[in-house]
Amino acid sequence: MSEKPKVAFYWCASCGGCEEAVVDLAEKILDVVGAVDIVFWPVALDFKRHDVEALADGALLATFLNGAIRTTEQEEMARLLRKKSKLMIAFGACSHLGGIPGLANLWDRETIFQTAYRDSPSTVNPEGITPQPRHRVDGFELTLPGFFDTVRALDQVVEVDYYIPGCAPTPKIILAAVQTLLSGQLPPRGAVLAPDRALCDECPRKDSRPEKLMLTAFKRPHEVILEEDKCLLAQGVLCMGPATRGGCEALCLQGNMPCTGCFGPTSRVRDQGAKALSAVASLVESDDADEIDRILAAIPDPVGTFYRYSLPTSRLRRKRPAAAARAGEKIAA
Amino acid sequence: MQEPKRNGNGAGGVGVYVCHCGTNIAGIIDVRELAAYAAGLPGVTVAREYKYVCSDPGQEFIKQDIRALGLGRVVVAACSPCLHEKTFRRATEQGGLNPFYFQMVNLREHDSWVHTDREAATEKAKDLVRAAVRRVRLHQPLERRRVPIDPKVLVVGGGIAGIHAALTLANAGKKVYLVEREPTIGGHMAQFDKTFPTLDCAACILTPKMTAVRSHPNITLWTYSEVTKVDGYVGNFKVTVKRKPRYIVEELCLGCLECIEACVYKQAKVPDEFNLGLGKRKPIYLPFPQAVPQVVVIDPETCIEFKSGKCKKTCVEVCGDRLAIDFKQQERIEEVEVGTIILATGFQPFDARRIPYYGYGTYPGVYTALEVERLVNAAGPTGGEVLLRDGHKPRTIGIIHCVGSRDEHTHRYCSRVCCMYSLKLAHLLKEKTDAEVYNFYIDIRAPGKAFEEFYNRVAEEGTHFIRGKVADVYPEPNGTGRLVLQAEDTLLGLVRRIPVDMVVLATGLEARADAQEVRRLFNITCSTEGFFLERHPKLAPVNTFTDGIFLAGCCQGPKDIPDTVAQAGAAAAEALALVDAQFVELEPNTAYVLEEECSGCKTCVPLCPYSAITFVEAKKKAEINEVLCKGCGVCVAACPSGSIRQNLFEDAQIFEEIEGVLAHA
Amino acid sequence: MPDATPAPRKFEPRIVAFFCNWCTYLAADLAGTSRLKYAPNTRVIRVMCSGRVDPQFVLEAFARGADGVLIGGCHPGDCHYQVGNYKALRRFRLLRRLLREMGIEEERLRLEWISASEADKVKAVVNDMVEKVRALGPLRLKVPEEVFAEEVAA
Repeated sequence: MSEKPKVAFYWCASCGGCEEAVVDLAEKILDVVGAVDIVFWPVALDFKRHDVEALADGALLATFLNGAIRTTEQEEMARLLRKKSKLMIAFGACSHLGGIPGLANLWDRETIFQTAYRDSPSTVNPEGITPQPRHRVDGFELTLPGFFDTVRALDQVVEVDYYIPGCAPTPKIILAAVQTLLSGQLPPRGAVLAPDRALCDECPRKDSRPEKLMLTAFKRPHEVILEEDKCLLAQGVLCMGPATRGGCEALCLQGNMPCTGCFGPTSRVRDQGAKALSAVASLVESDDADEIDRILAAIPDPVGTFYRYSLPTSRLRRKRPAAAARAGEKIAA
Repeated sequence: MQEPKRNGNGAGGVGVYVCHCGTNIAGIIDVRELAAYAAGLPGVTVAREYKYVCSDPGQEFIKQDIRALGLGRVVVAACSPCLHEKTFRRATEQGGLNPFYFQMVNLREHDSWVHTDREAATEKAKDLVRAAVRRVRLHQPLERRRVPIDPKVLVVGGGIAGIHAALTLANAGKKVYLVEREPTIGGHMAQFDKTFPTLDCAACILTPKMTAVRSHPNITLWTYSEVTKVDGYVGNFKVTVKRKPRYIVEELCLGCLECIEACVYKQAKVPDEFNLGLGKRKPIYLPFPQAVPQVVVIDPETCIEFKSGKCKKTCVEVCGDRLAIDFKQQERIEEVEVGTIILATGFQPFDARRIPYYGYGTYPGVYTALEVERLVNAAGPTGGEVLLRDGHKPRTIGIIHCVGSRDEHTHRYCSRVCCMYSLKLAHLLKEKTDAEVYNFYIDIRAPGKAFEEFYNRVAEEGTHFIRGKVADVYPEPNGTGRLVLQAEDTLLGLVRRIPVDMVVLATGLEARADAQEVRRLFNITCSTEGFFLERHPKLAPVNTFTDGIFLAGCCQGPKDIPDTVAQAGAAAAEALALVDAQFVELEPNTAYVLEEECSGCKTCVPLCPYSAITFVEAKKKAEINEVLCKGCGVCVAACPSGSIRQNLFEDAQIFEEIEGVLAHA
Repeated sequence: MPDATPAPRKFEPRIVAFFCNWCTYLAADLAGTSRLKYAPNTRVIRVMCSGRVDPQFVLEAFARGADGVLIGGCHPGDCHYQVGNYKALRRFRLLRRLLREMGIEEERLRLEWISASEADKVKAVVNDMVEKVRALGPLRLKVPEEVFAEEVAA
């Protein structure tokens, strides 16, 4: 049969950047489109959920799913697409690691609603209406997807076969991944389709890092004029490059900004933030607890810094659930 | 997975051996239940419990099971790995497996000995065994690193311990550096008059050994010198020694002592250290007549030439063309390479001023035992006549035992030698003065060979023994100049007040004031009391936790001369065993860089205290020099991309342990 | 859901302890040979140096059900590897801040310098930590998957 393999693209809790990334393939997108038959892509094509439901199980070669799982609807779609696909590909940092939406795991649903629908300066909501899963209007029941307390990465909901990292994945990474998948020469299941070396390996500033760099102060990028060819850590700016998988060709560094870690950890690391923290703290040049604290105080938000993209897939996954804390109090009381 | 490098492929199941250790473990932990639990863990082929797994039959079980059941991994749940890890690794190896396919669980020190709740202790044991089983399944076959041993030995401290160790080694043909801080060797023993219980003269038995050191072709003696730096590791230490200027060219001084005679000081005016200030010396002096080396020393604090630069330098004149005196002599730094080190840095006597109510330093009639050693010594400041500071001969003498020992305000421990030396001093004082001698003691400790007999002999000589701790020493009110010792006689049940002419304080032995600095220098540990800590109190009493460094004498704890000499011999034998083996096998727990995976971020490079990590420009990767790596694992924990690993302490193994201890069903 | 696992009748804190081979592990051995008695709640994992303790280990322990994590190393200046304990200190200071941000009380992570001779300190630290963590209650980070369904139903 010369029928082209069927693929689907879907998005969950994401910003749309990953969709842009596909478009960013530019004319190369034609090669991709020519090689496959896209049967579902809500951003670009008018197919509906029932079209997917109508497919036989495993009818799709692959689903490229971007975005984290934040709502019940996203979970349902992820499960549905998993069932219909031979390969489930987590596409981009949010579905790979939890991504920026995953930082919402520092709060719970109530706090998020309170901020988004009541407290934020731009909100006008005098009646204090917040989204409800069910609402009756004129005898009809309207429903909204449920909103989880916790944001999850795709593989915390369904089994994932491969990961394409990045916020967003670069065209080069996407093309290489697609070619790998179409070649039939599949890497071991669960692989991240990017190099397994940290970013420094391909960073153009690599040679400028002194061999024995110790850190005495941290600055944020807006506080200094950054030299364009010098290692940012050597300029006192926290760069996640050493703790982040390479493959992006150091795009942020090329834009004179530090790596923030979107490709996630290497395969040898279980918790990207913990490793980055370990490396950074180890290099603080002081043996005095107070001075160490003073130096590290210049990192105002350790979680947001070290887990910018990976909080839901970190070992702790989220800020300790209030329920757990309460249960603790109960027993302690 | 690496290919196995040695026998056994480790593919088989895990054997778990739970030791009862008599009742030490089995008394608290339900060993049957534990073994049954272990038998049900995934990957476990066999689990046994046995009275003493470390015994021959216990080890035989392991070896047989490896052969008969095709075990691939061994877990022994027994005592601390510090004790028997080596034993069981050997058994594992003899069974046909790589010795590192082994993991030990510390059930005794960390569980049964420290808990009383049987159920909780057994649960803890299960957690620990589960963790070990999970961990050992990830163990890799490893090879121990062999490093050659430099045959030269450093002995630090020239007291009887250091002297004996140095001579033993030198007689066995090894090159020895003996470093002594003072201008002469001899240590405390040289200050003693006679030794208990045989009453041989200390100098008579010590000085031949001192001169033997000086003349031994295999011994390099550096007196007036201190070790300032120690680098390297077992077999390959690099030691820096500071040689303080004695302002005498050692090689040119003949020891004629004419310079002392010629010194512009006609009278000796400086309190003399060797006689604890009871005698006087000149600015140029020999510490004591039998000092080794027989080389004088100039004390720049009191020498006029140093103070004013205007001395007539009669000493130089008389030295003449021997030219041994050199006022411009500078401190010298020597660097030596040795394979093993013996520490014999000794003790210091307890400072009796710390117990003010005994009046030392206040009442002239109060002496420390060491001072009395000098007073009764024929070569001492009084020529062996026991004369008080006021020139009188004492008619009554009180000896207070346990000064700074067995006392919760100073040192809780027993100094071991004070009872016996007090008996000796009682005998010597009585012999020399015919005084009435009173011993105030808590109880008499005379547990050595011929010690009890000596005690009986002294008691028969008419020395008085009063069981009671002296609570106060005060001058007799009627101005006799005598001191009253007040103590509760616990045998009679009444308070005794005994006036005496002379009080002798049997001061205890304590760790030297700089023991902490010395310990850091040599990277060893101290016990609570401040003495250097031996590797095991019974089974490795002269070893330290740092391989290649051994202990001898009182730096490890108070002991008498026979024990000191025995220990010095043992330390020498341990050093010899290493030297003659010619190489040592090191724990293979070194870190290594995964070259393919390393991104060359250089995070690790500045973290290594041993400069074992270098950034190789050609490859743009970090590289660890296995020989320099000591296996701390700091770089492993810091590597942000997980590209440094550590043998025996792989991330994956530690994660298994974490999961294992927490995965309670 | 968090309430699906009923709170144990008596909460016994689980504490994972990473002890360095040269000081704190030996102190724990000495506590044994001295027959000191202390709370049976710790599980010791031996590392060569407190500087080997990867923050990942700490988080893994919490994630796997530990209520507290204790790191024991040599006193400052006494590290068998010269300065490994300072690396542990630096990481500890930052890690504790991170844990606070994640809603984990700082008493749950402790770094203690315990030399080989300080058996009594092992006893004191373990007992003290067990009581402090007991007062805090279980950490309960292990969230069963069903919690997500429950969250929405609520």
